[in-house]
Amino acid sequence: MFVINHKKIFFIFSSLLVVSSILIVSIFGLNLGIDFKGGSILEVAYLSEDHLAVEDLKINLQELNLGNITIQETIFNDSLDGANGIILRTKSLTELERQSILPVISQNGQYQIEQKRYNSIGPVIGEELKGKALWAILVVVLAIVLFVAFAFRKVTEVTNLNNKVSSWKYGFAAVIALVHDIVIPTGVFALLGHYFITYQIDSVFVMAILAILGFSVNDTIVVFDRIRENLSISKKEDFSETVGKSLKQTVTRSINTSLTTLIVLLVLYFWGGEATKQFALILSIGVVVGTYSSIFLASPLLTLFQKKK
Amino acid sequence: MSKNRLIAIILLFASILIGYFSIQTENTKFPFKFGLDIAGGTHLVYVADTSKVEPSEISGSMSALRDVIEKRTNLFGVAEPLVQTEEGSGPDGHRLIVELPGVTDISQAVEMIGQTPLLEFMLVQEISSDAISLDQGTSTIDQEEPEVTFFDTGITGGVIEKAQLQFDSTTGEPAVLLSFNSEGKKLFAEVTQKNVGHVLAIFLDGQVISTPVIREEINDGKAQISGSFTPQEAKTLVRDINYGALPLPIELISTQSIGASIGAETLDKGVKAALWGLLLVIIFLIVWYRLPGLLASVSLLTYIALILSVFKLIPITLTSAGIAGFILSIGMAVDANVLIFERLKEELEEGRDIDSSIREGFARAWLSIRDSNISSIITAIILFWFGTSLVEGFALTFGLGVFVSMFTAITITRSFLLAISPKKDTPFKKFIFSSGLKGKEKIN
Repeated sequence: MFVINHKKIFFIFSSLLVVSSILIVSIFGLNLGIDFKGGSILEVAYLSEDHLAVEDLKINLQELNLGNITIQETIFNDSLDGANGIILRTKSLTELERQSILPVISQNGQYQIEQKRYNSIGPVIGEELKGKALWAILVVVLAIVLFVAFAFRKVTEVTNLNNKVSSWKYGFAAVIALVHDIVIPTGVFALLGHYFITYQIDSVFVMAILAILGFSVNDTIVVFDRIRENLSISKKEDFSETVGKSLKQTVTRSINTSLTTLIVLLVLYFWGGEATKQFALILSIGVVVGTYSSIFLASPLLTLFQKKK
Repeated sequence: MSKNRLIAIILLFASILIGYFSIQTENTKFPFKFGLDIAGGTHLVYVADTSKVEPSEISGSMSALRDVIEKRTNLFGVAEPLVQTEEGSGPDGHRLIVELPGVTDISQAVEMIGQTPLLEFMLVQEISSDAISLDQGTSTIDQEEPEVTFFDTGITGGVIEKAQLQFDSTTGEPAVLLSFNSEGKKLFAEVTQKNVGHVLAIFLDGQVISTPVIREEINDGKAQISGSFTPQEAKTLVRDINYGALPLPIELISTQSIGASIGAETLDKGVKAALWGLLLVIIFLIVWYRLPGLLASVSLLTYIALILSVFKLIPITLTSAGIAGFILSIGMAVDANVLIFERLKEELEEGRDIDSSIREGFARAWLSIRDSNISSIITAIILFWFGTSLVEGFALTFGLGVFVSMFTAITITRSFLLAISPKKDTPFKKFIFSSGLKGKEKIN
């Protein structure tokens, strides 16, 4: 089959993407959200037409000695007209510090404002969440290897001698595909985060990464299942041939499932609320990459593992 | 009527009932429950200072702390507040999470919790006996006298069962009568027995409010604070002790507050996105999978009715992350159907008749459906296990979604397909049971 015959091209393509993602992350670093590094976000809407210009506000706020403050202008669409407003990002604030900011923005009541959202996370919680997130990703990956190895434990029994590939190798191939699927979206977000402050690595990002893991392995398992079935039916075929045939039989299903998932994610991205926009974006990237990896990476890898023995 | 058709009609009827339930019960006792990020409200995380408490008593003190703050929030009339303890790691690991739906004024919320007094009983080491007058009731500490040190007795507001306001029958001065709980009674008896003649200072939020002298062992678990306070102050003290003497000092470390309008927008857009997503998926299914696609759409609608009812009945608190998980599950719910239909098409292409192709397609797709869904459910369980409240919300709706959609695909789609499977095949019938964009499949 085409994919198996040209697997080197796809391996090189995937490796390039993964290596450049790693390079981007190591050069630019990750733009961590406040839930991982601690800090405060304050969103304020202007209810009156007039308000302080951002530059003036910045100068006025500096008198409070709150460290580095970034101010971003925004529009709140929840009211009919779409009120203007700002998003302030600072270090983790105490309640008194937060209370000291509001009068500065309203100029002691001269302008009408409304606090829309406030989020403050202490550095301790941030550190803890970061640890938790890493653990969750590691444990999911580990659980998936174990599950794949378990689910395919009988795969060597149904095949002939030449086609024997241990079920652990199925698990290993699935994990390589998984790592590929989470490294690339991370690289994309490191790149976006370097230029735009809103693209952050936070709990929502981790949630999306974990969802990608679930989705991608789902896809990979369906192909592996078909390989297992074909191995037991046609025992005379070469292993590569069987893998190729299985891919061909499952490719429509892979693409169609990804397509329906992608449809709802894109709708969520374009028409959903602000809170789920980033989630939909990361997951969309993940679905595309995940579908690619289950077709062009995980299964061709199996043929590589088989030949190496 | 065949058995298959009867089952299909019953299922269809049940689906409509479930759908009706999920839509029409909003104003009954089964409304959707929304999290703070949608309903609006304030989420506070406090860290409790447990350094002065024996490790074995920490969990007891923490639950006492939770009860006290719960009483406080109830007293202030917040609808359905949530107060829970959480174990983190490290020295700041003992946390208290307070969720106040509808409260967006953070300063008011923080005040209402933070105001709660910390009542402590401390033994006074008298270095200069002149500093303290021995007359109980009117005694005060000379603030300028530095040679007085205090020793923690371990008696705090946490071991007090209730406080009562009393007035001295002769002087008419207000006094506060404290009744200790069993633990406090024991502790108080022990402390008073060992320290007869010493001063036991009573602190409220770090300030001395009374310094009575211990005259004898007190083992009935009652103590009286009388000092220089007005009837109003005494009344406040009684209320504060009854409704919220904190057994541990707390510090605010994380705050989240979301205005109700932002939450309403998230929900509104989430619902719209879900409806558009659903519509597009249904169009895709019908265009590509024809008649089976139409049936899959019906089973997708059943899935949605079913899962919404599950959200209501458990009930599951819906957050923006939870809604994202649900919308994602709409996309993935069709997976089992797609697997079955692809198999069905293969069987048709091999020349089988429609009825046996349906049965064979289901049987062969089942392993893939099972294995791939188990892996998704494993992911959801681990997410739920490890997650913060945000991730939990997602894991819960996503995991339930995977589970329920697997059920609807293998029961509902199957019954519908079997119910309409024709006894005699014609090229047209084979065409509408097949799939793809064009009609050029090899049809016998």
